[in-house]
Amino acid sequence: MIRSTHLPLLITIATFLLAYTLCASQYPAMLSTRVVANLLTDNAFLGIAAVGMTFVILSGGIDLSVGSVIAFTGVFLAVILRDTSIHPIAAFVLVLAITISFGAAMGAMIHYLDMPPFIVTLAGMFLARGAAYVLSTESVPITHEFYDTLQSLYWKAPGGGRFRLTGMIMLLTFLTGIIVAHRTRFGQNVYAIGGGLSTARLMGVPLAKTTIGIYATSGGLAGLAGIIFSLYTSAGYSLATVGVELDAIAAVVIGGTLLTGGTGFVAGTFFGILIMGLIQTFIVFDGTLSSWWTKIVIGGLLFGFILLQKGLTWATTLRRKPATEFAAQS
Amino acid sequence: MASATEPVLECRGISKFFPGAIALDAVDLTLYPGEVHALLGENGAGKSTLIKCLTGAYRRDAGKILLDGEEISPGSTQDSQKLGIGTVYQEVNLLPNLTVAENLFLGRQPTRRGLISQRKMLTMAGDLLAEFGLRINPAEPLSAYSVAVQQVVAIARAVELSGKVLILDEPTASLDRDEVQLVFSVVEKLKARGLAIVFITHFLDQVFEISDRATVLRNGRVIGTRELKNTSQTEIVTLMLGRQLEDRIQDRAPARTGDTLIELKDFGKRGVMEPFDLTVRKGEVVGLAGLLGSGRTETAGLIFGAIQADQGEALLEGRKIGLGSPREAVAHRFALCPEDRKNDGIVGDLSVRENIILALQARQGWFRPLPKAKVNELAEAYVKALDIRLASLDMPIRLLSGGNQQKALLARWLATNPVFLILDEPTRGIDVGAHAEIIALIEKLREDGMALLVASSEMEELVAYSTRVIVLRDRRQVRELKGDEITTSNIVAAIADDTMAEAV
Amino acid sequence: MSAHVHSTFRRIMPQLIILIAVLFLNFLVFPDFFRIEFQHGRLFGNLIDVLNRGAPTALLCIGMTLVIATKGIDLSVGAVMAIAGAVAASLVVDGHSWQTALLGALAVGAICGLWNGVLVAVLRIQPIVATLVLMVAGRGIAQLVTEGTILTFVNPGLIHLGAGTVIGIPTPILIWIALGLLVTAVVRKTALGMLIEAIGINESSSRLAGINSRVLIVSVYLISGFCAALAGVIVAADIKGADANNAGLWLELDAILAVVIGGNSLLGGRFSILASLIGALIIQSVNSVILLSGMPPEFNLVIKALIIIAILVIQSPTVKHALYILRASAEPLPSDPIKEAKESPQ
Repeated sequence: MIRSTHLPLLITIATFLLAYTLCASQYPAMLSTRVVANLLTDNAFLGIAAVGMTFVILSGGIDLSVGSVIAFTGVFLAVILRDTSIHPIAAFVLVLAITISFGAAMGAMIHYLDMPPFIVTLAGMFLARGAAYVLSTESVPITHEFYDTLQSLYWKAPGGGRFRLTGMIMLLTFLTGIIVAHRTRFGQNVYAIGGGLSTARLMGVPLAKTTIGIYATSGGLAGLAGIIFSLYTSAGYSLATVGVELDAIAAVVIGGTLLTGGTGFVAGTFFGILIMGLIQTFIVFDGTLSSWWTKIVIGGLLFGFILLQKGLTWATTLRRKPATEFAAQS
Repeated sequence: MASATEPVLECRGISKFFPGAIALDAVDLTLYPGEVHALLGENGAGKSTLIKCLTGAYRRDAGKILLDGEEISPGSTQDSQKLGIGTVYQEVNLLPNLTVAENLFLGRQPTRRGLISQRKMLTMAGDLLAEFGLRINPAEPLSAYSVAVQQVVAIARAVELSGKVLILDEPTASLDRDEVQLVFSVVEKLKARGLAIVFITHFLDQVFEISDRATVLRNGRVIGTRELKNTSQTEIVTLMLGRQLEDRIQDRAPARTGDTLIELKDFGKRGVMEPFDLTVRKGEVVGLAGLLGSGRTETAGLIFGAIQADQGEALLEGRKIGLGSPREAVAHRFALCPEDRKNDGIVGDLSVRENIILALQARQGWFRPLPKAKVNELAEAYVKALDIRLASLDMPIRLLSGGNQQKALLARWLATNPVFLILDEPTRGIDVGAHAEIIALIEKLREDGMALLVASSEMEELVAYSTRVIVLRDRRQVRELKGDEITTSNIVAAIADDTMAEAV
Repeated sequence: MSAHVHSTFRRIMPQLIILIAVLFLNFLVFPDFFRIEFQHGRLFGNLIDVLNRGAPTALLCIGMTLVIATKGIDLSVGAVMAIAGAVAASLVVDGHSWQTALLGALAVGAICGLWNGVLVAVLRIQPIVATLVLMVAGRGIAQLVTEGTILTFVNPGLIHLGAGTVIGIPTPILIWIALGLLVTAVVRKTALGMLIEAIGINESSSRLAGINSRVLIVSVYLISGFCAALAGVIVAADIKGADANNAGLWLELDAILAVVIGGNSLLGGRFSILASLIGALIIQSVNSVILLSGMPPEFNLVIKALIIIAILVIQSPTVKHALYILRASAEPLPSDPIKEAKESPQ
C-alpha cells in the first residue's frame, strides 16, 4: 500500500519523468547519456549541499550559510594550495574540519542560546562570506596535478556521456544521506525534532547532540560541495555561489519535503535537483529563452509543490480514522 | 486491598515551595502494584506539582521518594522514566509525523549491523500493540489515528520504557465515551500485569469506574485517602471542596421568557452538523447537552460563524441575517466564550485590559480606537463586577488562573453589550469558587433579559440554569427538555434512549 | 501621556544604548564623525551618510516589523525592490513622467505584497514558505522587465528621490523618517497596532473576538510590499539605473536583522517600529565604523557578522534569562516570571 507520506515523493518523481519526457519529445538529443552525465556533473555541488539542507529542513530549521561556506571552501583551498605545498587531500581534510566545526558552532548557538536558526545561519552566512573575502577578493586559480588527476577520472558511457567523479560523489552522498535518514538513530531523531521540539525532548531525544549534529552535517556537506565546486571550476572565488542556499532550499521543497520540518525524503531532494537541472538544460537547448526564465519557472514549481503539500496535509487530517475501529473486541 | 504486598512507590513528606506559596506541604502517597490510584483535587490543589516532583520535572524541597524501597531523586523526566515511572499527558506527547512504530521505539530502535531494522521494528510494534488490544498498522503515521489510539500508543510507550509506575495525567479529557472505554480496557490490562497506576482526572464517574483508591489533595495537603469500594461520590467531593456541596438543583423561577430573538432554520454544515432548527428567546438559557463529539461545540461555532454553515438561514428578530464569520456575528451583537480558552479565547501576551476591550474594539473598527479613559473605565468596572482577581490590569492575561481568565473573557463579551451570549463549557477547568460565580452570573444575565446558549458536559450545571435543554447526539438534536423535564436523569436517558434505539 | 513616553523609552533603551555605543565607536576611529557641514545647499557629514545609506533598510524594516508582529516574515522584499526599481526605470525610459513611474512601482510593490498576503492569509501557507516563492522568482521577473540589462535613466524627477535634497537634507532620509512616523502614528493612534499584536499572539482567539485577521494580515504584507517598492525606487534612483540582479540583494536579511536587533520577537506579538528603525541605524553605523576605521574593505563582512552575533547573543532568550537570574539573585525575594510561565503551562 502506498502511504500518504510517500505521495509527495512520488509526485516529484512523476514530475521529473513528465518533464523529461516533454523535453525529450522536443529535443530528442536530451535523451543522450551526454546530457544525463552533464546533469549529474553540473549539479553535483548543489546536490551535495542540498542533502545537508534536507536534514536541516527535516529538523524544522534552515541553513542560510550554505552558499557562503561553499565559496569559502573554494577560496580556502585555492589559497592554501597556492601558498603552501600541502597535498590537496590534507587540504580537503582541513577544510572539512573547519566547515564541520563551523556548522557545529551554529548548531550549538541555535540550541544553547535558543535562537532561531534563520538568524544564526544568517550571521553565519555573513561570516563565511566575509572570511572568504579576507582570504582573497579575487578569483584564485587552482593548478595542482592532483586536481588534474581527479578531473580526469570519468567513466565514458556509450553515447559519449562522461560520468565524472564529482557526479559519483554526489550519488554516493545521496545514498549515504538516505541511509542515515531512515536507518540510523540520528536520522530518526532529526525527524523527531522536526515533528515537535518539546515533544522530542520529552521523548528523550538528545536535542543538543542532534541539533549540533544536523548543522555540522550541513556545514560539512557544504564543505564537500565546496571541494566539488573547486574541482568543477578549478578556482576559488569569494563571490561565487551566491544564493546557492536558495537553490538548495528550492530543491528540497520541490523534492517533497515540508519546509516546516518532520516529513520528507532525501531521495526526493535528488529528484528536486534533477528537475531544476533539467529546466536549465532545456533553456540551454532552446537557445531563445532567456536565463531568467529559470528563476521564474523554479518559483512557479515551488509554488506548485507548496500548494500540493498544503492540499495533502489537509486531506490527511480529514481522513483521520476513528478510534473504535481498531479496538480488538474482548 | 493489597496492603499485604510491598508498595511500589512511596512518597513521604514531599514539600515544594514557590516564592510566596507552599505548593506541597508534607504530602504522603503510597502506591501498591496492581492498583489504580486516583489523585483528586481542585485546580491548584497540588496534583500537578506532586506529579512534577515525582517525574523529576521539579526538584522537591523536602521529603523522600522510595521506589521499591530505595530512595530515588529523579533529576528529569528521562531519569524517572529509566527508574520506572512513566507519564502520559492529556495532550499526546508523541510525534504525529513519525509512524506508530517509530514513536514506540524512538531512541531504542532495534538495529542490525548498526542500522535500524524497520522490518523488525514493525513486527515488534505490531506485537506490542496487540498486547494492548489495538490492531492498527504500525507503519502508518501517528497522525492518521484518532486521539484515543494515540493515547494508547503513548501508554504503550510509557509502559515499555518504565514498567513500574504509570502516571495518567487527564488522559481522557478530550475523548468521547467509546474512546474512554478503549483507554480503560488498556488500563485494566496493565493493572492485571501488576503496574501501579496514578490516574488524574476531573471526571468523578471515571474515577469510580476504574480506580481502587483515591487520594484527595487540597491546598497542597493530603486530605485523605479512601478505598473507593467503601466510599461515595459525595464523600469524595466533600473531601475535595472541604464543605458540603449544597444541592444545586433549586426551584426554577417560572420561565418569564420574552420575545423570540433568534431563529435558525435548517441550519447546518455537511460533515460537521446535521441541519437543525433552533429558537432562542430573550431571557432564556438554552442548554446544549450531549457527549463530547455530539456536536455541542459545533453548534456553538456554527451560530457564531466560527464554522461556516452551508445550509439553512438565520433570523434575528425576524430579519434574515448572515452569519458567515465571527465578525458578522459580533456585528449582530452575538458573543461566544469558546471551549478552548487558551487557544481560542485569551490572547496570552496582551494585558488583561486589552483582552477585555478586544472584541469591542474589533467591532468598533480599526480606525476608531476606544478612548483611554473609556477603556480603563470599562476594564475596571468589569474587574469589579465579576471579581476578577489580578495584580494589575497591565499584566499579561496568561498569568491569571483559569477561572479569572474565563471571567475576563466573559468581561470581553459583556463589554460588547451582547443580545445573544453563547458559552461553550463555561466552567471547564476552573476552581469551584469561580464555578459558582459564573453560574450565578448566567442566571443574572438571563434575568436581565439576555438570550443565552450554554453548551456543557456537566449535566447538574445545565439542570441548574437552563430554561430548556437540547440534547445532542451524533451531531444532531435528538430531544428537547422543558420545565420540569429538565433533570440529570432525563438528559442521560435522552442520550441513552437513542443509543438503544440505534443498537436495536 | 508621560507614562506612555516613559514606557516607550524603556522599550527602546537597549537599542539606544547599542546605537550610542556604535556611534561612539565611529567617533573613536574617526573623530570628525559627528561633524555636519552645509555645503552647496546640502548637508554633509558621516552622520548624514549613515541616515542616508540606511534608508533602504529602514524603509524595509517598517513593513517587516508589522509582518513579523503577525508571526510572519517577508523574504521577498529584496526581490520586490528589484521589481519595483525595474518597473520605475522602464516606465521613465518609455517616456512616462516620474510621478507615473513612482506610482507604477508602488502599485507593483503593493501587488507583490498582496500576492504574499493572500498566500499567507487565505491559502494559509507558512509565511517563510509563501514569501520564498516570490524571493526566488522575483529577480527573474525583474530581469524580465529590464530584459536582462541594467536599465539606466536620466529622468531628474526620479533621480531626485534617491540622490536629491530637500532643504539641504537628502530626500531618502526624509522619506524614511516620514514613512516611519506616518506608519507609527497610524498603528498607534488607531487600534491597528493592538489588533496586529493580538493576531501575532493568538490568531484563533483574535478571529473569534471578531477581528478581521485575514484582511489585517493581507494588509501588513501589502504595506511591506509598498515599503519595499519605495526602497527599490530610491535605490534605483540613487544609481540612476535598475539592476535586477543586485538591487536589494540580501536586504531582506538586513531588514529582518534590524527588526530582531530592535528587540521584536520573531514569534510575533508586541512590536515597536521605532526600535526597528534604530536597529536599522545600528546596522548602518556598524557598516560605517568598518568603513571609517580604514580597515581593508574585505574585513567588512566578517566584522559585521561578529558584531551582529554579539548583539544577538546579548539579546538571546537564554542570555537574557541568565542576566535576569543574576540580577534577581542580587535582590531579595527572587521571582522569575519568564521561568514560571514556562513551568506552569496553564
